[in-house]
Amino acid sequence: MTARPRIEELEEEIVENFSLFDSWDEKYEYIIDLGKKLPPLEDEHKKDENKVRGCQSTVWLVAAYKDGLVEFKADSDAVIVKGLISMLIQVLSGHTPEEIIQAKLGFIDRIGMTTHLAQTRSNGLAAMVKQMKNFALAFKLQNESAKH
Amino acid sequence: METLTRSELLFDVDTIREEFPILKRMVKGKPLVYLDNAATTQKPLAVIEGLTRYYSEYNANIHRGIHSLAEEATAAFEASRDAVKEFIGAAHREEIIFTRGATEAINLVAYTWARKQVGAGDEILVSGMEHHSNIVPWQIIAEENGAKVIPIPVLEDGTLDMEAFQRLLTEKTKLVAIVHASNSLGTINPVKYIAAQAHATGAKVLVDGSQSAVHLPIDVQDIDCDFFVFSGHKVYGPTGSGALYGKKALLEAMPVFHGGGEMIKEVSFEKTTYNDLPYKYEAGTPNIADTVALKFALDFVKEIGKEKIHQYEQGLLAYATDALEQVKGLRIIGKAPAKTSVISFVVEGVHPQDLGILLDNKGIAVRTGHHCTQPLMDRFGIPGTTRASFALYTTYAEIDALVAGLERSIKTLL
Ligand SMILES: Cc1ncc(COP(=O)(O)O)c(C=O)c1O
Repeated sequence: MTARPRIEELEEEIVENFSLFDSWDEKYEYIIDLGKKLPPLEDEHKKDENKVRGCQSTVWLVAAYKDGLVEFKADSDAVIVKGLISMLIQVLSGHTPEEIIQAKLGFIDRIGMTTHLAQTRSNGLAAMVKQMKNFALAFKLQNESAKH
Repeated sequence: METLTRSELLFDVDTIREEFPILKRMVKGKPLVYLDNAATTQKPLAVIEGLTRYYSEYNANIHRGIHSLAEEATAAFEASRDAVKEFIGAAHREEIIFTRGATEAINLVAYTWARKQVGAGDEILVSGMEHHSNIVPWQIIAEENGAKVIPIPVLEDGTLDMEAFQRLLTEKTKLVAIVHASNSLGTINPVKYIAAQAHATGAKVLVDGSQSAVHLPIDVQDIDCDFFVFSGHKVYGPTGSGALYGKKALLEAMPVFHGGGEMIKEVSFEKTTYNDLPYKYEAGTPNIADTVALKFALDFVKEIGKEKIHQYEQGLLAYATDALEQVKGLRIIGKAPAKTSVISFVVEGVHPQDLGILLDNKGIAVRTGHHCTQPLMDRFGIPGTTRASFALYTTYAEIDALVAGLERSIKTLL
């Protein structure tokens, strides 16, 4: 089994990337670029039940569980949110439910994007993190009940 | 020595800006460009210092105390009622009921007048450009009483479909509740005409003046509406202040709203009698400080002069409309011939939220989203817009900053 990078290591990579930027403009340009590069979600997934409630932009999130690891896919109609989501996926995808549930996601604060997590922003990022953890929790419970 | 009042001087935006300390703020390292005035306006020193003075010098509960402070506070509170009366051209001071704002004022009418007067099979006409505040209270009562809330359609240019209005206005219509100026589009509706038509069929008329009070001279007697509501915080006053105007005879006949202190004449377990207008509708200790300071805001506006403000803001609106129309891919939503200084727009291929974030990063505050007018957004087939709304302290340079900020943001996003 090849060693999987830990969530903290992936967070650290992002923080290092951001440390190269001098201005907020550059940070946003980078996030926008990530957003543009995130592969679009297939149309069949863009349905109401996959929507993460956010006030202004629509976010769709789906999760799959394979070989003990959770894989996320997501999309949004707003590109900055999509960039933020892309980072979350980069950090959380490919981990066990337990690891995802435990993730502190301190990188969001360290790259100065905490405001986007605030309720007031209503852009669904906070709801997004919560939804990702909910998926992980559901897979974990599924696992446990399967063991019994 | 004769001193010139402010209105005799030329409209000098730089001098006016001096009165608004917040405008000196930096946001994200850039000078604040505040273009979210339709959501709430900033406050002049007269209001900020007036609030401090109230709490430092004459804070007391009103109407009941015999001591000096109570008398001073009561006098200031009642002076504010006179100021509102004059501000909107009401005939009597008792026609002014203080509320937390427009929303509470609309709910007051819904829960007292409408609850009694709008019955099964009756209809309430609103417009397709109403703020949720002027839809939901009516829906609540309609559902309770088996009545219907019917929207007057909005045309492509953002004006009301007046033919449809004529058609929809029937014997069943008990109330026409209409926004004076749209917060999303800026459209100024012909409320005087609407009131005349509505009265001809026997319906009452409520005008939501949330967006008009700050931009247009208001004369409720000329409009001849039965109710008029507005929020103090959108007229340079404090949050938590606002008023309901109602024609005296109507207010007298309406049932009471909240029960409690202040709204009663005498209370006994056998029979409680209610106070006269306006106190009948002002139960409990009101928001004294903010209501007192509302007068300072209205005085501030009066001193500059509504006409002069309107003229200046219309200049800004025309300038901004021209400039924004040059921006590639930008489409203005709402092109009514008569508008307040509000511009909503969408940009091809760009989500309003992304624009809002990037503009904020440049210190420019605009509003993005549905602006609490979801049915209107549905009408235009859009999830939301970016909205820039101007006030008397907005400068032409700020509009240039908005346009430049937009150009750069759009380039980054596309
Ligand atoms: C047209 C309109 N009506 C009603 C309201 C509600 O005002 P408030 O929230 O101050 O009660 C607003 C405020 O956004 C508005 O713009």
